[in-house]
Amino acid sequence: MNRIHQKLQENKKLLSIYFTAGYPSINDTVSIIEDLEKSGVDMIEIGLPFSDPLADGPTIQASSTQALKNGMTTEKLFEQIKDIRKTVSIPLIIMGYFNPVLQYGVEAFCKKCQEVGIDGLILPDLPVDVYAEQYKDTFEKFGLKNIFLITPQTSNERIQFIDSVSDGFIYMVSSASTTGAKSGFGDEQTQYFERIASMQLKNPQIVGFGISNNETFTQATQYAKGAIIGSAFIKHLTNKGVNTIDAFVKGILN
Amino acid sequence: MSYNINNKGYYGEFGGAFIPEMLYPNVEELRQNYLKVMAEPEFQEEFNQLLKDYVGRPSPLYFAKRLSEKYTTKVYLKREDLNHTGAHKVNNTIGQILMAKRLGKTRIIAETGAGQHGVATATVCALMGLECIVYMGEIDIARQAPNVARMKMLGAEVHPALSGSRTLKDATNEAIRDWINNPVNTHYIIGSAIGPHPYPDMVTRFQSVISEEIKWQLKVHEGRENPDYVVACIGGGSNAAGTYYHFLDNEDVGIIAVEAAGKGIDSGESAATSVLGKEGIIHGCKTLLMQTNDGQITEPYSISAGLDYPGVGPLHSHLYKSGRGEFYSATDDEAMTAGLELAQLEGIIPAIETSHALAIFEHKTFKPEDIVVISLSGRGDKDLQNYIDYFKL
Ligand SMILES: Cc1ncc(COP(=O)(O)O)c(C=O)c1O
Repeated sequence: MNRIHQKLQENKKLLSIYFTAGYPSINDTVSIIEDLEKSGVDMIEIGLPFSDPLADGPTIQASSTQALKNGMTTEKLFEQIKDIRKTVSIPLIIMGYFNPVLQYGVEAFCKKCQEVGIDGLILPDLPVDVYAEQYKDTFEKFGLKNIFLITPQTSNERIQFIDSVSDGFIYMVSSASTTGAKSGFGDEQTQYFERIASMQLKNPQIVGFGISNNETFTQATQYAKGAIIGSAFIKHLTNKGVNTIDAFVKGILN
Repeated sequence: MSYNINNKGYYGEFGGAFIPEMLYPNVEELRQNYLKVMAEPEFQEEFNQLLKDYVGRPSPLYFAKRLSEKYTTKVYLKREDLNHTGAHKVNNTIGQILMAKRLGKTRIIAETGAGQHGVATATVCALMGLECIVYMGEIDIARQAPNVARMKMLGAEVHPALSGSRTLKDATNEAIRDWINNPVNTHYIIGSAIGPHPYPDMVTRFQSVISEEIKWQLKVHEGRENPDYVVACIGGGSNAAGTYYHFLDNEDVGIIAVEAAGKGIDSGESAATSVLGKEGIIHGCKTLLMQTNDGQITEPYSISAGLDYPGVGPLHSHLYKSGRGEFYSATDDEAMTAGLELAQLEGIIPAIETSHALAIFEHKTFKPEDIVVISLSGRGDKDLQNYIDYFKL
């Protein structure tokens, strides 16, 4: 069974962490993944850095720019994580933009993901309709789950469509924003969380954007299966370095 | 073969809407409405009225006698430089501001390179009393200072884009991020024939007034509607798209595009996308773009801020790939020389973007009986400092 499916069946709220591969230093990728698992994180999104990350705010942008300066490439990432399944067993997802995948070759990229033990992909600028028409078969052939985003502005009809194409979880963006833009949730989010919860979708939802601490993690997971932290973790790496990952994760999970 | 857009938003294999879900509602709203709104008689009336009374259209089609003599062919200049605000950009911003109003938007954002599109956007926002925020690369803010002052005087906020190369590409990224963060009340007025569908088509349609006028004006001058060639410079490709539009499917009319070669195609400092680019995704659109083997978008270079863009609109990728268009590129030096030549032969100081189109005579020889229409996309006032520095005037 796919590791994502297995994880989603666990009877607990899931914490997923995003970080940018090759940041702060080029060779931090593997140790960050291992430390996150050891600290009790349930799932990891490995950010494949891109020169023009449209959906990201300043924190993740800056980490991508630095990672590219450090010499990060798609090939390099696959090289770094080629033995990752010897030490890590939680689900690993690559999150990136579509152009680097397209240049690598979609089929070659998916094949490589399967070889190294990647379980899924999040490519925010690969629209669900294009995916369904052109790439779904390839992803499935290599056992990859493609994760789609929904936002407070996504219509119910479109959510149903995204749910029908998805096979894993739905990435529920907490508010209309780029990453790292807003922190905390208000009534608007609560209503949105309730609306989605009441739709009884076949795929569980994991909330992302705006989660930075124990309080927001608890709020988000009141309605959803789990939550994703990105910018707050990158900020932690920037300010505190790579040696206090455990403290960061414990702070979230309490 | 049709060179126009198909019902899925593609020109051949190029185009589409590769956007994050956060942008989907806005882009979809536009997609569902743009053709309907543009077809409304009241919309057309308002659009045409403003183009006439406010912009000053039709822009003249001017027979450039001395330039024609010099190159022994018949050269006509389509005088978009005489438009209000000094370039073709305003045709599009008038159209889009009316569109934004029909869609109930109250806040306008735009990106700008040379500042011409920023000024044209700030202008129509002042005209309609709408809030206006323009994103502009920090480098471009420095090299196009007069236009920054114009935007401010017109009441717009100019936000510097501080990421990446701090030019047009990054200003576009910032504008898109703003739109993601303001999904309900904001319309994004893209300034070229780029971006996710329906933008390339919408911008092209608003700019198509250029070729519509060329047809009847040429008929008056020459007794025929179709020139032998239409020539335009290409940044993202909006003046070119407007200049070609009504000739796309008439293969008797040659389509010529001139890109910015910067310091030379092989210099590593260039913006000649069709030659140096590969198919990929930039700003929500599948098109040719300059990138590394790894799919990272590279930093372009041109002396002209308006051509300093690593991609090209999907229509132009299709024209290039299908062979329908002839693509050339002019270096900084060739463009500057051609700009000076126009000033001294015809008494017209062109924008440096436009000077690239005028450099076509360095690259192609026309027959004496050929009728060549060049899009004079903008005037050179904003570039005076660059001309001064370059020619030590
Ligand atoms: C005068 C002028 N011409 C041409 C361009 C290039 O844009 P496009 O290729 O969209 O016409 C610009 C852009 O700023 C411009 O100001």
